[in-house]
Amino acid sequence: MILGKVCGTVVSTIEHPFYDGRKQLIVRAIFPDGSFEEDRYVIAVDLVGAGVGETVLVEDEGNSARQLMDAVPNGPVRSVVVGIVDDVTLAGL
Amino acid sequence: MKLGRVIGTMVASVKADGMEGLKLLIVRPLTADLRDEGDPFVATDASAQAGPGALVTYEASREAALLHAPRFIPVDHAVVGIVDQHAYDPGRGGGS
Repeated sequence: MILGKVCGTVVSTIEHPFYDGRKQLIVRAIFPDGSFEEDRYVIAVDLVGAGVGETVLVEDEGNSARQLMDAVPNGPVRSVVVGIVDDVTLAGL
Repeated sequence: MKLGRVIGTMVASVKADGMEGLKLLIVRPLTADLRDEGDPFVATDASAQAGPGALVTYEASREAALLHAPRFIPVDHAVVGIVDQHAYDPGRGGGS
């Protein structure tokens, strides 16, 4: 899974039918301290109602993502926003 | 999914079984703020309507093949949709 920050959205009218009506978020990967990983990003389907500016947890693996979309057994999806992160605590080890 | 720019089309008259009629596009991968990122690749068009110049989203690996379900064909990149609106603020909330 990826820790990320929602930095934007993508809207498409013409797209694969699977993505009709699904919110797509541009999520930049961040390190646990909140700093951005250079240029690493993913466009993920939102399952939790996340918005721009929020820190989120992204599942970035196809099989898990498909299981999360259980209504669509073979959905062509790899990246899914599965959680909104309230707080990250580093033990400082 | 990632963002890409369609920079050309490709025609192959001899293709693997199941790929008949599929449009092939040459796509340049982009960063989240639409800068070029890496080398172009060939992708099939699962949106069916993308053409040169279009800003698109694409999916790679197995998910690209699943975009063409129920066919299961040897495809490793496929265009998912054409981007109408791309809102992006790179520094949004950074450094928290």
